[in-house]
Order: sequence, then structure tokens, then C-alpha cells
Amino acid sequence: MDPYNEGLAVTRPIHIDYAQAVPATYYIDPEACLYLKHGTCQICVSSCQSKAIDFSQKAEEKEIRIGAVIMAPGFGRIPDATLAKYSYGQHPDVMTSLEFERLLCASGPFEGEVKCLSDRRHPKRIAFIQCVGSRDLGCNNGYCSSVCCMYSIKEAMVAKEHDPEVEITIYYIDMRTQGKGFDAAQQKAESMGIKFVRARVADVMPWENNLKLTYSTLDGMHRFEPYDIVVLSVGLDAPADAKNLGEIAGFALNNYDFCKTETFAPLLTSRPGVYVAGAFQGPKDIPESVTQSSAAAGLAAGLIAKDRGKALVHKTYPKEQKTGKDEEVRIGVFVCHCGINIGSVVDVPAVEQYTEGMEGVVYHAQSMYSCSQDAQEVLKAKIKEHNLNRVVIAACSPRTHEPLFQETLKDAGLNRCLFEMVNIRDHCSWVHANEPAAATEKSKDLVRMGVAKARHIQPLPEQTVPVTAKALVLGGGVAGLTAALTLAEQGFQTTVVEKEGTLGGHLQHLSYTLQGDTVSTVLGELIDTVKKNKKIELLTNTELSQVSGFVGNFSSVLTTSKGKKTTETTLDHGVIIIATGGREYRPEVVLDNPIKYSEAIVTQRELEQRLAGKGKNPAPKSVVMVQCAGSRGDDLNYCSKVCCNHAVKNALKIKALDPSAQVVVLYRDMRTYGFAEDAYRQAREKGVVFIPYTMDNKPKFKGSGKKTSVTFFDPILRDEVTMTPEVLALSVGIVAEGTEELSKLLKIPVNEDKFFLEAHVKLRPVELPVSGVYVCGLAHSPKPVEEIIVQAQAAAAKAAIPLSKGFVSVEPTISCVDKEACIGCGLCESLCPYQSIRIIKDENGKRKAETITASCKGCGICASHCPVFAISMGGYTDEQINAQITAFGAK
Amino acid sequence: MSQNDFNPKILGFLCNWCCYAAADSAGVSRYQYPPNLRTIRVMCTGRLDPAFVLRGFAEGADGIFSGG
Repeated sequence: MDPYNEGLAVTRPIHIDYAQAVPATYYIDPEACLYLKHGTCQICVSSCQSKAIDFSQKAEEKEIRIGAVIMAPGFGRIPDATLAKYSYGQHPDVMTSLEFERLLCASGPFEGEVKCLSDRRHPKRIAFIQCVGSRDLGCNNGYCSSVCCMYSIKEAMVAKEHDPEVEITIYYIDMRTQGKGFDAAQQKAESMGIKFVRARVADVMPWENNLKLTYSTLDGMHRFEPYDIVVLSVGLDAPADAKNLGEIAGFALNNYDFCKTETFAPLLTSRPGVYVAGAFQGPKDIPESVTQSSAAAGLAAGLIAKDRGKALVHKTYPKEQKTGKDEEVRIGVFVCHCGINIGSVVDVPAVEQYTEGMEGVVYHAQSMYSCSQDAQEVLKAKIKEHNLNRVVIAACSPRTHEPLFQETLKDAGLNRCLFEMVNIRDHCSWVHANEPAAATEKSKDLVRMGVAKARHIQPLPEQTVPVTAKALVLGGGVAGLTAALTLAEQGFQTTVVEKEGTLGGHLQHLSYTLQGDTVSTVLGELIDTVKKNKKIELLTNTELSQVSGFVGNFSSVLTTSKGKKTTETTLDHGVIIIATGGREYRPEVVLDNPIKYSEAIVTQRELEQRLAGKGKNPAPKSVVMVQCAGSRGDDLNYCSKVCCNHAVKNALKIKALDPSAQVVVLYRDMRTYGFAEDAYRQAREKGVVFIPYTMDNKPKFKGSGKKTSVTFFDPILRDEVTMTPEVLALSVGIVAEGTEELSKLLKIPVNEDKFFLEAHVKLRPVELPVSGVYVCGLAHSPKPVEEIIVQAQAAAAKAAIPLSKGFVSVEPTISCVDKEACIGCGLCESLCPYQSIRIIKDENGKRKAETITASCKGCGICASHCPVFAISMGGYTDEQINAQITAFGAK
Repeated sequence: MSQNDFNPKILGFLCNWCCYAAADSAGVSRYQYPPNLRTIRVMCTGRLDPAFVLRGFAEGADGIFSGG
């Protein structure tokens, strides 16, 4: 059974888990191995040519001395018993979302074809059931798993792409697509014809050839529908060995067996020095897990800052031999079989023989696996033996294997750029598996082109740029202060710039959190700690007015205003963290009702201030709260992520102050994701009434000043209801502040909602496309304070990388200007998407282009547009590409 | 000329970050496509000088493919 494919396919006892597994090394599954299970077989030992299998190895215990531990064990599975009520395990076409994900995948059991497991027919109707094993006290998982709504939408869309005819319905309680850009994904799914039905599913039963799904809707009706496949959107459970881990490492778990943490220290376990990251801290998606892992690494680095670099071992290389322009070109060509991956399709000996007599080729050979360790030794020996000064390897993709071979070249004393890779596997044998003759011809052509390029390859210098080990943090709110503190704890000088006169940002307006923390105390402590830290410089009433330079070498002009007096200071720094925050949005029209804010019509923030105040009657007798006021397409297009929690928090506060107070919350989807679901449940238990509304039937408000009335449709009464609450509280969203100006200043993009656009949504969530610039907090997207703190710590951790290295290394494949030829037209400067080429005046006062090596990405737009061919690209010169084109034609 | 006789020579310029990567994953997924393409890897199709395209045709390409 193949566990990677959820047991839906078979694999061999010796296998690589999946194509992208790290390390991509074969291993023996002890559960399936005949020798390990029954003491027989051992065929693999004698058949492995490299003698890589050694059954005498034993598990050993090792002791290592460490300064910090990061717990990242991930999440566990929802037990099958919880799924049984939906006929899971009794009917093969009831499957979990994990199993369905494998069905959709090209590397899955049916190579991406969606089929019923019962009889391999293509499904016509598919249903998703949300909140299976989440928001369910029946299995003691009272929390929301946060990710299932989004992954169901994704799976539904992929299934729809596979077969546009398939009908898909998602049965949900609340669609919780609160992440950045997630609402847009749901809208896309709706436009593709995927149906969303708010309902509770009672059961799923086999029904003739199909499955019968019975559900009840809000109006109390019971209905049933037939489906071919029913997908259970299973939640994220605590890891199975959580208790054991907690005992070994001595930290506490919460009541759901996830790691227990605090709002303002989200990654600290109860044991000092032990940090937590990822879903073990609470169910979360990939971007948040990646952010937490960076943040945890940053905190751990701060803890052991004084030992930084002590255990480093620097690799040494032999002195690089000189390869002059006029020296004889001596090319070695190595053609790889890649086991049977290339060799079973392409005639490898013929391709190798084809290079015989090619200009410059002095040696050619075949290898079984050119990436194996012994092949590297052979490669080094052949470079020495035949005095090779160019190496061409015809094998797989340079995207995965170029660094490995370049390392071998360095070990052999050659410049690593004297290398060319020809892809005869991914681009040839694998994609022309049924045409061996044509694949062999193609391989010959590609090798000929590669050799032609290799003749013109020149060594390129390894370049590094020194880094000013200082950071600039823009914004003195909780994000900026946390980022500054995380950097300072790692030992880096940090300047915090705050445009207002006080520190703390918008957190100053909050009084308490959903978890019960007193905000002013915690914020006060943070500000004190920052002020006492000698490595942090705080500049209030200050803004960034100019910035120049690039990663490692920024120079900024900061303008401080004191009354009418303004002063300018220049700061040199290596990195920038943007933590400029956002602010409450105050829409003037909510759900088509004009709004006049007053004592009776307030935002949740204002209500919170009243509730926390010292007034005689802080709690109003009756409150109607309206969610998504001005958000999610009402005015702003996105979900602000925090407003549902904010409403629940205030509702609970009102009920605590006055249990007889009436609180009604009108909502579209209650998005109390994660452990906040507990508070939502508690609010309902305490008598807070939650009533959904839709955009087809919006609530209507009347009145201003002290009198308001709210009219809305109650789906249970199936009638319009009018209330006259003492307070109408609007759950308004959050908008970014000043991102457009900063975007122009730093040349970094914002998305359509005016939040900064990260370098990669999932894998580089706190980095911006310009090297050396990072983002955290509300400038990235709306989010609650615990997520802001993690993001700030993550941004600091990422920013600390160039600061601690002390230099930025540059790939040699960047642009280089021939100053003699350059006419200073400036076309390149205007076209460069990375601001990496600029016009300077040379010693004779003439305009000349200059590449900024530290930030050049090597795209070559400058080179292809230069009217006088003055720009050359390392590794991709005109000469080299022209040689490849000529070789393409020379058959 | 019937469709079957035409066996075009196509020269492709593939961006390292997108199209070259996509061609790699086509391989990993074992998608099959006709073997008429010969490729040159570039770091970005921004590198594609129009002169390369013209030279390609002059060298006998029946089509130029730019993937970026």
C-alpha cells in the first residue's frame, strides 16, 4: 500500500515517498520488507550495483547539546469512528478530502483522472460535507480547523477543471474563507458553477448505484440528493503523539491536545527555550505555517545569539585554475542513462558516440547515474586526467541538478560557470516515451546545441556585496515593535520610525482580547522593553521621505516634524521591514443604508471602548451587531478576518456585564476560526442570538441620534423582524494605510485591495519582491494581533539573514555593461523591472549604464533591448545563444 | 503537402522560472508531446532579442516558440 496516496495505490517496499520528497532518496518500508518482517529475501542487497543496502544498520541513540528546540510535529487525523456516520468505510465512494486530493493529482492512483472507487466510473455529481471532525463536540473537537473551507473550494475547482460537466455542491455551516484573497477564490468557484448550500448533513447512505445525502436547511426543511462521490472535508486533529511530546519536552497542551500558547507570545510553549510552529500551535494553512516557522527560527536565533556561527564549518575549495579567453577549449561530454529513465528510450551510446569529433570535444563518456556520489568522483578524475575546461552533462534538469555538478566543478578547481546541462530526460525521454528514434535524434540535437554553447562559455567571477548590519523598521505599532525587538535580540541595531507621536499603533484603541488579556498592560510592557533595549533607536513623529540603494546597502532620508520644525536625517541600513499598519474603515453607506455615526450607531471598536469604560452603565440593554459592514463586496471587496471575533468578544463582554442584555448578531458567515470557535459557542450558550442574512436580502437601518431601528429577515421565523436596539454596532473592516505612497517610494507592488503583495503567497509570505524588503502586520492584510506578532517575528527572522551573513551573494548570471560601447541612452534603466540598472556619470561626465549586481535578477531585458549591444548577460551572452541557434540549424 | 508529411522543426526559448519549469513538470508527469521542439534555456524571455528569432528562421526553423 502506498501511504502517500492514502492507500489508494500500491507501491514497492523500496521507494521514494513522492516526487518532491526531501531527501529524494529511496528507503525500505520496514512494514513491507520481507527481510525485516520475515527474515527472508534480501534480493535488493545483491542487485544494488552501488552496494547501498546494508541490513546490519541498527537504530542508535545520540545525544546533542542544543540551546533551543522548535516543535513542529504538524497535525493528526480525525479518527475513522467520527466519519462512520457518513458511511465512510462502508461505501468506497465516501472518501476523505485527503483521499480525494490524491484522486485529483497527476501523481495519484489514477494519474489525475477522477473516478469512483466502487466501479471506476466517472462521477457526475459530487458533494463536499464541511466541518467533519471540526466544530463538533461529539468527537471533542470544538474548534474550527480553519483550512477546510478553502481546500474544499480548491478541490472542487480542480475537479471542475478536470470535467466541466461534473456537478459539485458544498454543504457548509459557515464558509470560512477569511485569508488574504480567499473570498475571491470562493467567488471564482461560484462563477464556475460550484454550488454552496448552508445546511447540516444528517447522514449519507448507499442508494442503488449512488449515495443518498440527507440534509436539513435553516428553514427546518429536510431534503435528500443523490451523489456519485461524497467527500468528507476532514479537519485537523492534534498530532497523535502530542501528549507524549509534551511529557518528553515538558510543555503544556490545551484542552484539545494542541500546544498551549498565549495571545501575545504565540510561539512560546510553557517551557522556556521550547518554541512551537505550524499546525501543532493550532490548525492553520501553509502561509501561516511557513510564517510561524520563520518566526520560531528567529526567536531561537535570538536566544542563542551569542553563540551564532560557533559551530559553522566552512567548506574549502582548491584554487581555481585560470581559464583564459585564448586558451584551447577542452570539452568533456557526459551522457547519463539515469537508470532506465533515459536509457530505456534514448539510445545513450549513440548520443555519446555522436559527440566524437565535435569541435572542442576531447572526452566523452556515459554514466549510469551521473548525479551519484561515485559519478562525482569520476567526473573530478576525468577533468584532471583530460585537462577539461568545459563540462557538458546530458541528463536531467539544470533546475534541480546544476548546483550539484557546479559544486563538483569547484571541487575540481574549475570555475562553476564552465558548465552546461542538456536536459534529455524531463524534456526528452519522459515526454517521448513511445518514440525512441525521435527521442534519440532530439537528444543528439540538444547535445550538439549544448556543446556549441559550451565552446563560448567563459568563467564568471563569484560576486558578493557587503551588508550594512542595521535594520530600518517602518511603523511603531505592535508589528514594528515586535520586529525591532526580535532583531535587537539577535544583536542587530534597529531604527523604528513612527509617524505619530506615540508608540503602539492601533492596539492602543483595544482594551481586551477575546482570550481575556488586558491589552494596555501587555502593550505597555512591550513598549518599555523596546525603550530599554540599547540596540533600538525610536524616532516618533518621523516618516520615510526618500530611499535609495539595494539589499544590504540602503540609504534613507527620514523626516522628523516637531511642531513646525522639521529635521532630516540620513540613515544607512541593510534591510527594511514595513509595518505601517492599517486603520478601521468607516463606511458611510452600509448594506445600502446611509450611516450617520452617533452614540447609538457605533463601530465595534467604539462599543469596546464603552464596554471597557468606567461609566455607570457600560453595557447597553439591547444591541444589534451587523457583520461585514462595508466588507466582502458591500464596499471593500475582502474579508477583514478580525470582525467576527471582535463581535463575539463584545457580545460576551455585554453578557458578562449584564446577562439580561439582548444581543443579536446579523452575519453572513461567522468566521470565528481556530480556537475562537469556543467563544462563538459560549456566546450562543449565553443567549446571544446569531441570525444570518444574505446579500439578496440585506438588513435595513433607520434613524440616527438616539433612536435606531433595524429590520431584517429571520430565516427561522421566515418573516421580517424589526428591532429598536439601544445600540447598533457595525463590524467594519480594516484598510491599509499609506501603502500606495510607500509602494511608489520603494517600488514594491500592492494588490487590488491596496495591501502589499508578498514575493510568494505560500513560500515567501513575509518577503517582498524587492530583495531586502519585508512586510508584516496590517500592511500585508487584516489579521488578529497574535498573527501580527508572529508575522513581525518572521519578518525580523528573514531580515536577519543578510544582516548576519554580512554579505549578499550574487548569482554570476547577471547583466554586465560594456562601458566603452554604452551610449547612455537610459533605455535599460527605464525597462528594468527590478531597478537594478542605473545611469551614472563616468569620470568624463558621460552618461553610462551600471548594473546593480546585488539586486539584478538576470532576466536580460536590458541586454535584449540595448541598441548598441553593450550589455551582456553572464552565461547567456549573444555569442552563446547565437551559437546554440546556429547549432540548431546545423544538422 | 498533407498534414502527415509536415514534420516541422521548432526552436523554443524557455524562461527558466516558468516555461522551462513547466516543461520539467510535463516530464515528471509523463505527458507526451510531439518531438519536434528543440529548446534554449534563458533566464527570462525578456532576454529574447528579436534577432534571435530571425536567426532561428534563417537557420531553418519552421516555427519559433517563446515560453515565458
